[in-house]
Amino acid sequence: MKYTTLAAISSLALSVATIGHAEPQAEVLHWWTSGGEAKAVGVLQEEFAENGGSWTDMPVAGGGGDAAMTALRARVLSGNAPTAVQLKGPAIQEWYEEGVLADISSVAEAEGWADILPASIAGHMKCEDTWCAAPVNVHRVDWIWANADVLESNGIEMPTTWDEFNAAAEKLQEAGVIPLAHGGQAWQDATVFETVVLGLGGPEFFQKALVDLDPEALTSDTMKASFDQMRTLRGYVDDNFSGRDWNLATAMVMNGEAAFQIMGDWAKGEFLAAGKVPGEDFLCASTPGDGYLYNVDSFAMFNVDGDDKKAGQDLLAKLIVGPNFQKVFNMNKGSIPVRTDVALDEFDMCAQKSSEDMTAASDSGALLPSYAHGMALRGAQAGAITDVVTAHFNSDMSSDEAVQMLADAVANSM
Amino acid sequence: MAKWFETHLPKIVLAPSFIAILIFVYGFIAWTAWVSLTRSRLLPRYEIEGFIQYDRLFASPRWDTAMNNLYIFGALFIGVSMILGLILAILLDQQIRVEGAIRTIYLYPMALSMIVTGTAWKWILNPGLGLEAMVKGWGYENFTFDWLVNPDMAIYTVVLAAIWQSSGFVMALFLAGLRSVDTEIIRAAQIDGIPTWRVYVSIIIPSMAPIFLSAFIVLAHLAIKAFDLVIALTGGGPGYATDLPATYMYAMAFSRGDIGQAAASAMIMMLVVFAIVVPYLYSELRARND
Repeated sequence: MKYTTLAAISSLALSVATIGHAEPQAEVLHWWTSGGEAKAVGVLQEEFAENGGSWTDMPVAGGGGDAAMTALRARVLSGNAPTAVQLKGPAIQEWYEEGVLADISSVAEAEGWADILPASIAGHMKCEDTWCAAPVNVHRVDWIWANADVLESNGIEMPTTWDEFNAAAEKLQEAGVIPLAHGGQAWQDATVFETVVLGLGGPEFFQKALVDLDPEALTSDTMKASFDQMRTLRGYVDDNFSGRDWNLATAMVMNGEAAFQIMGDWAKGEFLAAGKVPGEDFLCASTPGDGYLYNVDSFAMFNVDGDDKKAGQDLLAKLIVGPNFQKVFNMNKGSIPVRTDVALDEFDMCAQKSSEDMTAASDSGALLPSYAHGMALRGAQAGAITDVVTAHFNSDMSSDEAVQMLADAVANSM
Repeated sequence: MAKWFETHLPKIVLAPSFIAILIFVYGFIAWTAWVSLTRSRLLPRYEIEGFIQYDRLFASPRWDTAMNNLYIFGALFIGVSMILGLILAILLDQQIRVEGAIRTIYLYPMALSMIVTGTAWKWILNPGLGLEAMVKGWGYENFTFDWLVNPDMAIYTVVLAAIWQSSGFVMALFLAGLRSVDTEIIRAAQIDGIPTWRVYVSIIIPSMAPIFLSAFIVLAHLAIKAFDLVIALTGGGPGYATDLPATYMYAMAFSRGDIGQAAASAMIMMLVVFAIVVPYLYSELRARND
């Protein structure tokens, strides 16, 4: 009793003192805890403080965000949601359906988000007709990285079709180089798989099969061909790939043990950190075929009580999409700005290419969400597909069996 | 008053833990059972929808793999650990020198957490770093030992690591059992000129039946809840070849936002535990009533 009175008096005193300008407050739940990522978040934190806000950091590391999601669930169930949470893709819609997301349309409209964000990415940030999340960056997933020296000494050009890739891989194998550096973890298998589907089937097929989950597309000949290509790729991987982390696979490309790696542009950070120069030591290109698979990190805004928190939410949303943060953050993180009007002069050539391709793909309708990184499908469906992909890649299952299993697994996950 | 207090004191002392167990064990079991009958996704929902989650569970090839792995893992882990533990205990029981030191060595793996065991064995079994690379380095170029990366054999590496971890503990249990057998009987048998192996097979081992049961129960529940070892050793891979029910449940609940499915798999795991524990409880209680 004594404490509540005390608290009431002091909060009264505080509100008298700050009357007229509620200090923006934000409690931010995220899992950017490793070196480069933590630095990138620090940028936002500083900018938030410069604008008079008070930031409560709530980093939850572990399990690629699983631990953070568990923390979020507990907070939401206890009726005390954080102000903003690092969420992405359909997970935003899933939380919206639970009725816990806030509306930040006023900020989005004032800042003109609809004009500066690519349409398909903006779609993820909207819950029905209102804006409920702020996008941070765009990672491209369908990258193929190569060791420049290895390609040159074997007389190989960067492949533009999967057939060319296979021919190059045969040649490398004869020369005693591991053609494809790969780590046998389910999400890495899925990453390679989706680039193969995009390359062999094209953007329209990708949309039908891995976004709309059309049963006909899932059992089509194109899907069988994709599994055939996965089987071929399995032959280009070294024997010791099982369970290897992606950055170790990147290191294999870096020191010339392997020629190629298929991985999102976070792999670039590994090359750059090792002092390698894009275009000279290592090459970046989109994986064979057309299209652009994006993986967009974003902050979803949760329902909170109190004007100070709401003010914090609005300020946070404004800063996240603001040009300054977009530039500084993405140079630290290795991704590219989500808004199309930020100058990229200071970015490296891979990022510039990524941005050009994004604009082009957005115009031609080939800008697609990555399924392997939780942008295209909900957890249960994406997981069901990944189960089949990784089971196929790690056994001698035929492609006919695989497409049947795929259709069954997707139907069972609904 | 004092008398009343005296007669009710045990109940009062036990009440808090009784209530805690009622809520936190049985209450949550009931909650899980309820949720397993709903269409819960990201957050729990409470409208009952029937057995849809169980239908989905039994239609899932990954769950099939997980259950098969549990049978393989459970049978081999329990069986081999008990046999190895018994043999070690009998050998140690021969009044050898430095018994204490040897016992400690065999018991030591138990002091490691499963995560450490898993990581160490992951390195030992990795074909490019561990055993295979070492033997190849000695000049035997054809030697292969790639169980860890072979989807058909990977589950046996989990068995191997688990046995290494637990058989010392089983040995200690059995050793205590061997020592508790009445030495008079053994001496009498020896005077009658009965060979030592016969003494073990016909007298000592049968009289250790309760120890066998305890060891079995301890190992069985370790097998069913095995999780950390798989995560550290294989991460459930290659593919999902070494998935166990516990890792399946974790994936559904925490990675995929499919709480209903996770609850259904948890219920099935509990039924498996019941299938093992209930006969044990039954035999224990019946023995006491006699």
